[in-house]
Amino acid sequence: MFRYCFRRVLIMIPTMFFVIFIVLGLMNLTPGSPALMILGQDATPEMVEQLNRELGYDQPFFMRYITYVSSLFSGDMGRSYRTKRPVFTEIESRLPTTVKLSVSVIILVVLIAIPIGTFSAVRQYSTFDTVGTMTALFFACIPAFWLGLMLILVFSLKLGLLPSFGTDTWAHFILPAFTQAIPQSARSMRLTRTTVLETIRQDYIRTARAKGQGEFKVILNHALKNALMPIITILGVDFGFILGGTIVVERVFSINGIGLLILDAIQVKDIPLVTGCAIIFAGLYMLVLLMVDVLYAFIDPRVKARYQRKASMGGML
Amino acid sequence: MNGRQLDRHPGEFVYKKRNAFLNRDTWGRFYKNKSALLGLCIFSVFIFCLIFADVIVPYGKALEQNLRIRMQPPSAAHWFGTDIYGRDIFARIVHATRYSLFMGIVSVAAGIIIGSAIAALAGYRGGRTDGIIVWLMDTILCIPFMLLALAMVASLGSGLRNLLLALVVASIPIYVRVIRSSILTVVESDFVEAARCCGTPDRFIILKHILPNAIGTIIVQATTSVGTMITWAAALSYIGMGIQPPIPEWGSMLAEGKAYMMKSPHLVIFPGMAIVLCVLSLNLMGDGLRDALDPRLKD
Repeated sequence: MFRYCFRRVLIMIPTMFFVIFIVLGLMNLTPGSPALMILGQDATPEMVEQLNRELGYDQPFFMRYITYVSSLFSGDMGRSYRTKRPVFTEIESRLPTTVKLSVSVIILVVLIAIPIGTFSAVRQYSTFDTVGTMTALFFACIPAFWLGLMLILVFSLKLGLLPSFGTDTWAHFILPAFTQAIPQSARSMRLTRTTVLETIRQDYIRTARAKGQGEFKVILNHALKNALMPIITILGVDFGFILGGTIVVERVFSINGIGLLILDAIQVKDIPLVTGCAIIFAGLYMLVLLMVDVLYAFIDPRVKARYQRKASMGGML
Repeated sequence: MNGRQLDRHPGEFVYKKRNAFLNRDTWGRFYKNKSALLGLCIFSVFIFCLIFADVIVPYGKALEQNLRIRMQPPSAAHWFGTDIYGRDIFARIVHATRYSLFMGIVSVAAGIIIGSAIAALAGYRGGRTDGIIVWLMDTILCIPFMLLALAMVASLGSGLRNLLLALVVASIPIYVRVIRSSILTVVESDFVEAARCCGTPDRFIILKHILPNAIGTIIVQATTSVGTMITWAAALSYIGMGIQPPIPEWGSMLAEGKAYMMKSPHLVIFPGMAIVLCVLSLNLMGDGLRDALDPRLKD
């Protein structure tokens, strides 16, 4: 298992190089030189040329890419063009907010989607199932940023129950977390229902029932446990969408997270900051996908056995 | 099967039998599905707006400013009220349909065509080609869709054409992933093997045998993706990186109305409802098509 994780982490390195290549390449297409953006329109051509040389923009793109990657190995992500502070410091101060928001969303999705989806499947064609499926279909179509505005309108402006911006307390995270979690839960609930429906028709479920096991135990220990694998896979993939979604949600609720930071950086073409944020987003996403793979082993003993067999064969060889 | 058919297109008979999307039964099942029909009806309204927007309400009314009637609630004169510049919200929503649907349909069509070509190449060739394409697509997918689209719009500049380009490029890896998995099941079929044995060129096998047999998955994916693309385009416009005002667009209308929503909630309710209804209709149709193509999935 450890070997597998180590190998996966090693594979992440070339992937990260390519991610950096894409982001730097895209930023390279931006018209105008970075020096002009930093110094402003009043700068003389000599000043622009000198700063461009200092930043390495007199070099070809590929050389700048190599320089960036090699400096990354020494822990240097460059300095923000706008604030002149190290990119790492900028990200470090905002990262906990975004992680807190994204993790809250995932927890809410799991707490809402899995129980409702499972119950809907177990009580197929019941009123609960019909209402639940129709509601999920409706909520899955709602754009998060519009839902956010509606939640602010009702819970902040009309009822005055929850704050609509800021990150001071946990109460500040309730509306943004639900804004992202509701449409996501609706999609995951539909998936959970379909997966559990497929599972409860399997022979081993019939066997468990025939042996006289209680329905609750059959669903929890046999059906849900087997249905969890595809659900967790999709939740892991959805984490990427949740991260991307934070860009818009942080804008709606004026949350000072990575999403808002990247949005501001993109608007002023702050290349080091945009690249740094992209690395963090891609790294977080890859880490979650790795965690999903590791989680398989805990849920499914067959996967664990496969890893152990491979490890023992490796030892023999 | 007669010999003449086999001489012309190896495996054509099997292809005709297997192509569930062109099957009359499939459409029969689709028309029997009430929610799919509801989706089709709602979507027809949007298509009507797309084609006859100028007949429903002149474009000038969507741009004409009149500060004396700003932020008026819905009335007989202005069905959905007026916005912060006194423009008619109904007229703006109708004309925004043209931009949003155009972006949704064109970006998905372009993305699906390019994605299908890449997926077919990966699935059919297999081996190293498949490995490289899958790795490239998975790597691009590590960058969140929104971030990739934002970076593209930022580097190319905002506006309809660049927004469209950003949506197409950022969505290609998603299509490649879905369509490739469907193509892999077709590639293993006997009729593809038969076509190969007959010496049919690869290009012909991909275009005439593999892609038509994966068309069901492609169409279902396309239908639901139009809704997703409309939402993403609206999100980009909402954060000021998409279509720029005064051009009517659902996302930018929401951004404009956000600051005044306490006093005039209609500024954000109607454009948002337009997005929800459009996406809902497309998803209902997508679900209906999926169930019609494979009725086992319904239960």
